[in-house]
Amino acid sequence: MLKTKKSESTKAKTPKTEPKKENAKQESKIKELQTTRERKTVIMQGNEAVAYGALDAGVNFFAGYPITPSTEVAEILAAELPKRGGVFVQMEDEIASICAITGASLAGAKSLTATSGPGFSLMQEGIGFAKITETPCVVVNVQRLGPSTGMPTSPAQGDIMQAKWGSHGDSPSIVLYPDSVKEAYELTIRAVNLSEKYRTCVILLMDEVIGHMRESVRLPDMANVRVINRIKPTVPPHWYKHYDENQKYLSPLASYGEGYRFHVTGLTHDAHGFPTNKSSEGGEMMDRLRKKISYNIRDLVQIESHQMDDAKIAIFTAGITARAAKAAIAMARYEGIKVGLLRPLTIWPFPDDAVRKMLRNVDTVIVPELNQGQLIHEIRRLTKDKSDGDVIAIQRVNGQLITPNDILRKIKEAC
Amino acid sequence: MMDKSYEIRLSGSGGQGLILAGIILARAAVIDKHKVTQTQSYGPESRGGYSRADVIISDREIYSPEATNFNCLLALTQEACDKYLFDLRETGILIIDTTYVKNLALAADNTYELPFTEIAMEKLGSPISTNVLSLAFLVKVTGIVSESALEISLRESVKPAFVDLNIKAMKLGFDLAKNYGK
Amino acid sequence: MANIPQKVVHQYLRHDKKFPHVWCAGCSNGIVLGAIIRALASMNLNRDDVVMVSGIGCSSRMPVYIDLNTLHTLHGRAIAFATGVKLHKPHMKVIVITGDGDCTAIGGNHLIHAARRNIDLTVILVNNNIYGMTGGQCSPTTPHDAIATTAPYGNIEPDFNICNLALGAGASFVARTTAFHVIEMQNYFQSAMEHPGFSLIEVVSACPVIFGRLNKKGGAPQMMKEFRDNSIPITAVEKLPPEKVVGKIQRGILRQEIRPEYCNAYAELSARVQEKEGK
Repeated sequence: MLKTKKSESTKAKTPKTEPKKENAKQESKIKELQTTRERKTVIMQGNEAVAYGALDAGVNFFAGYPITPSTEVAEILAAELPKRGGVFVQMEDEIASICAITGASLAGAKSLTATSGPGFSLMQEGIGFAKITETPCVVVNVQRLGPSTGMPTSPAQGDIMQAKWGSHGDSPSIVLYPDSVKEAYELTIRAVNLSEKYRTCVILLMDEVIGHMRESVRLPDMANVRVINRIKPTVPPHWYKHYDENQKYLSPLASYGEGYRFHVTGLTHDAHGFPTNKSSEGGEMMDRLRKKISYNIRDLVQIESHQMDDAKIAIFTAGITARAAKAAIAMARYEGIKVGLLRPLTIWPFPDDAVRKMLRNVDTVIVPELNQGQLIHEIRRLTKDKSDGDVIAIQRVNGQLITPNDILRKIKEAC
Repeated sequence: MMDKSYEIRLSGSGGQGLILAGIILARAAVIDKHKVTQTQSYGPESRGGYSRADVIISDREIYSPEATNFNCLLALTQEACDKYLFDLRETGILIIDTTYVKNLALAADNTYELPFTEIAMEKLGSPISTNVLSLAFLVKVTGIVSESALEISLRESVKPAFVDLNIKAMKLGFDLAKNYGK
Repeated sequence: MANIPQKVVHQYLRHDKKFPHVWCAGCSNGIVLGAIIRALASMNLNRDDVVMVSGIGCSSRMPVYIDLNTLHTLHGRAIAFATGVKLHKPHMKVIVITGDGDCTAIGGNHLIHAARRNIDLTVILVNNNIYGMTGGQCSPTTPHDAIATTAPYGNIEPDFNICNLALGAGASFVARTTAFHVIEMQNYFQSAMEHPGFSLIEVVSACPVIFGRLNKKGGAPQMMKEFRDNSIPITAVEKLPPEKVVGKIQRGILRQEIRPEYCNAYAELSARVQEKEGK
């Protein structure tokens, strides 16, 4: 696909300084090229899929800092964005990166950055800023092992809770988690779409193995790729509220340079965006951040249910570990054991209702994860009716994957 | 077609080009219209240290992308051979580079012992193409992908300046396999 | 420089929104805000195309009062946010309001790299030698021996020379003035905004309530007098004997040179790549 893209992206967007008419003409041409673009099956790396997913979702601004195991995302976008009239900039650190993509988004860009643990930690304050100011952007975190520098080239799933709670001050998160190269592509597009729709920083959590794994992938034709753009205000500037209240909290978003001259602050603010210390307004703002997630949970949640219909044992896990689980299930089913898999594609907000419902009829839940116990807390919370022994952990943090045999062994123990 | 997935591990040390070999093999599998996953594991340094690439080829959905029970193991160093030999299936194919692998802890039924690195230095003038040489040998011996798919993949995967050298290495690898009746 | 009537200045303020302002009596921030507005009005820029970005601190509260596209960001990060805005909409004028702590302590890394890139931002650094908003802690420009709440026995650290830092990092426009020299300030702001590249103006300013009290500087008038009497134009430096230069605030444009600007360089790269792809 790399090859096809290269040859067909030649009519990429003209620089922004060109007259608008010319731009519109070019854009329709690009659209035509994109929709007719042939998509054949190719071999593609997970990080590559993220980069092309971002481009297909309309991302036109990337700011980042090199870090293993996410660097390929930056490298590909450094080559591709200039061709398409987008911006790639290598910043001085990850803090600058998250700030630059937030600034660009406020100016109207669709923006994204990619990093790993150390950089993700540095970005947390900026992620909180994007959330409180309701500015769309996407942070891809290709996880590595351990705190600090850890094992940069080894897989782990240790940032699951950080993705939810990493930024201070209690703000809800949208976090997506793919289990294959193809899904990395799809969920990158979804992450960009959700960020635009919900006006927030959406996080895509990746496993190192998926980031670096190559798989045969057939990407959908561009005509079948659904792209969501932020709602633009239609009111005259003096009526514009940067945080307009409405039932579903999905409010229009103006960009700098379009005549609206709004104010954005990381301080608690009122509906216009101006700072406030009033407890009523501050409380309202915090409520708004919470409700825009909780009121729309059905739209946000995605969960895969695999062979769960008659399952007495359920495996609950995300990302790469779910692949081992599927292999283990195939082996166990061969021996007549009724076992299935529940895999959240959206890990935050946690799919409470779906999980509760699907786990109602199983006796045992096995939770394999490449960390010292994170998802299992959510499962324990939702399975109060089960005894402690019925929720079984498989945890590994040594750079090795949990294998199908590891899971099969636990399945057999549970029988 | 393949009923079950076929697991291959290419192992050695950093700098031997095994990850590239894995990519070339995986791309060849796609050209042959198989499903494929290719993963790798390596130390933080780009030279020395350990390095391995796994390729799983199948006609069904591939679940676990990590090879755990190999149908074929290529080992270019003693360390890699010692580390992974015991995960080779009973019926599996073992290919070792006797330039570096001097001791075999276990005699597999289907073992091919060739000094790939020495052959590369002698016939191709440098050890740089040992990866493609041994990969071509592996492809011919296992028949896991077609020779033409490997050639197309090779041409797509290496820099233009290195295509000729690598094609030469590939053909040499095929020829070596012919000595074994393959 | 155009003479801008007070009426026009008021048109730039968000009267209905957030006054009274948070600044103490005698603070220089209002003077700086006034000079910015007069510079903008003289340039007759379309306000829709001007963005003001700030970090955290007293001076960084400025954007809330001025009717532009405004962005009040994180401590130290104003330049990083501004880089994003500018790169996506290069035709917009981007002004960064920051302070000594915001820009040279926590945000020092962004300052030096933006200067190195020569991205067209106008950084107005209001240097009051102290962390005023949090009540008087030591900053990188708190003078040696001066008192701060976190240097109660006197500051043992040497202070930063902000302009030299910017010059060293490659800024293509660097100037220094004081809160007393209002017309000079307005002129520098205008020159900096017209300058196609990274510009930094250090405004030596008075914090009479926090820094002034801790260091017995008298009130705001005394501090302003000090700026008047204790500063010299850089053009005079060479003519004066060395003893008359020591300890003086040197005002003036320290550098004004044209070198490739980052957004332009990027646009050129982009055009080059697209042309090559088109072949």
